[in-house]
Amino acid sequence: MGKTIIPIGPYHPLQEEPEFFTLTVEGETVVDIDVRIGYNHRGIEKLSEMKTFENSTFVVERICGICSTSHPFAYTRAVEDIFPMEVSMRSKYIRTIIAEGERLHSHLLWLGLAGHFLGYNTVYMWAWKLREEILDVMEILSGNRNNYAMFKPGGVRRDIRSEDIPICISKIDSIVPTLVMLKKAVLDDPVLHARLKGVGIMSYQDAIDFSALGPTSRASGVARDVRKDSPYGAYQEMEWDMIVTKNGDVFDKAVVRILEMFETIKILKYCLNNLPDGEIDAKIKDVPPGEGIGHIEAPRGETFHYVKSDGTNRPMRHKVRAPTFMNFPTYKATVKGQTISDATIILAAIDPCYCCTERIAVKDDKGRMLYNGQDLIRLSREKTEKIRQRMGGK
Amino acid sequence: MTFVYLLVFGFAATAILGLITSWIDRKVTARVQYRVGPPFLQPVYDIVKLLGKETVIPAGASKVTFLIAPVIGISGVIAVATLFWVNQFFSEGFMGDWIVAIYLLAIPSLSIILGGFASRNPLASLGASREMKLVIAYELPFILAALVPVINSHSIRLSVIIDSQAGGVFAGNISGILALIVAILCVQAKLALVPFDIPEAETEIVEGPIVEYSGPGLAIFKLMKNMLFFTLPFFLIILFFGGLRFNGINILWTILEYVGIVAIITVIRNTNPRVRIDQAVRFFWGPMTLIAIVAVILASKGL
Repeated sequence: MGKTIIPIGPYHPLQEEPEFFTLTVEGETVVDIDVRIGYNHRGIEKLSEMKTFENSTFVVERICGICSTSHPFAYTRAVEDIFPMEVSMRSKYIRTIIAEGERLHSHLLWLGLAGHFLGYNTVYMWAWKLREEILDVMEILSGNRNNYAMFKPGGVRRDIRSEDIPICISKIDSIVPTLVMLKKAVLDDPVLHARLKGVGIMSYQDAIDFSALGPTSRASGVARDVRKDSPYGAYQEMEWDMIVTKNGDVFDKAVVRILEMFETIKILKYCLNNLPDGEIDAKIKDVPPGEGIGHIEAPRGETFHYVKSDGTNRPMRHKVRAPTFMNFPTYKATVKGQTISDATIILAAIDPCYCCTERIAVKDDKGRMLYNGQDLIRLSREKTEKIRQRMGGK
Repeated sequence: MTFVYLLVFGFAATAILGLITSWIDRKVTARVQYRVGPPFLQPVYDIVKLLGKETVIPAGASKVTFLIAPVIGISGVIAVATLFWVNQFFSEGFMGDWIVAIYLLAIPSLSIILGGFASRNPLASLGASREMKLVIAYELPFILAALVPVINSHSIRLSVIIDSQAGGVFAGNISGILALIVAILCVQAKLALVPFDIPEAETEIVEGPIVEYSGPGLAIFKLMKNMLFFTLPFFLIILFFGGLRFNGINILWTILEYVGIVAIITVIRNTNPRVRIDQAVRFFWGPMTLIAIVAVILASKGL
């Protein structure tokens, strides 16, 4: 049987975001995969270098709509690393609450989408219904369902009012029974077992070789979690378990995420119950010259930010690495030899986030650079100028 | 007269009831999933909207086959529905119409395969080849299950099958129950609903064989699906519940039986993920065929 190319993307109902996987298939078996990204370049790093340290927090928040807190968290830690300085305990707790709330809704979102990819739309709708409660909690705490704008270098922007805490805890408690039911529905379903177990296996060695991050690596037995390895925020203050499984298949990746949600609820409730008093903002004025790194555990893995300062009020260089960028190449290990039916759920199992990943230069297919960052800005300005002229001058 | 049968019963009645059935399915699905669900006329709006859209024929497609495939499919459904209605109301069947019904019920799947291969799209041909495997998988247990009423009534005339259940329906026997279970799961596959929506798997191969269809062609395929959604439960009611009955309290029973079968199909589709094609083939050739064979043996022993 001859080889056929099955395209997934650039626009495909699998994911809402533009991505392009070329699956080379023989019959129904995938023999090779090529991943193309870069359909969504926004020049965030360059934009960030044109803003002040404080304003850049909001720019990086818009890198991703789902893990919108992980980027500001890593960025503010990178800026604080330049001094270096410690933020107050209260702001550490508030940061942890926001980050864990985000992890909870992000994992629920993934669970729903995974159900959708398997044609299990009931799980999809139920998980997203649960997610609404978490978004309500986040709205109570920060005023926004997403893009919370809570972070700033040196602390947080908004305090958590003590009268809001009981409402939030009761809302979080209210989702637990449904979450337990959903967990049983997913983990004990024989059809799901047949569909997911032994599919898209990434071995321990593959996870090490490809430097997989987050739940993707923890499902393969690699105990790798920034929250444990180099604690930040308030994570060392309470007892919680890192969920690690051995098999590395899609089912284990689901198990890791589902069980992690319960740990997250534990952390959230501890932080809300034991919120210490104190200042929330260190009120930093000038950032000294130097460079700093910040890395945190986003829902999808380690998010890494590098910031270099030359003593002015804006970053001289800002580099972002999102977890999906490291998890993408694992497809080479997981998809080959599987069927097309399984390919989609394997692709979805790393919880890819394209908009986090896409900040690159334009190259042609032989690898020659066509445009760099400067060229893209120039092209963009020319286009704006053209549009302005078409609209009738200034 | 034949023309009136075809137009009034085969097409109009089947289409209306099929659209109502698809609305019930969508509404129940929505309620299960915490959604509101579509208004009652939504299935009609969908079809009418599609009828007004442009037909795009993909470059390199086999034009005639591509355009004629939906028509073949819907003709098959109309023919088989007419056969059922005529047997139901006028007892005007002919010897061996059970066999004809089984044949005609395979035509919609064949038309989808035809359309998929004709559209010259890798996703469509993949979907068509999956549909082909699925047809091969479910036809054997389906025919075996449909054989049970034939053995019970000693006839391959549908009208005789209906009449011989006047005393007691076949779903009351052990063999009848087993055959009904198998038949409902086969109907699930015939309708290409989850867990057997493998040929159309939206998130894998983007609706598969019908990916290139647009406008009236797609509308006809959708209408064909909706009509099948009525015709197949109707066939099961003829085989296992003695057909639709309209005298006295039996009207209520008929409605209950019909809504019950549709509800089971809807519940199955909402509580399962999609299986792989190899798992589906193994499922139908393994346990389903075995149960169907057991049912046939039990039926021949008179149980």
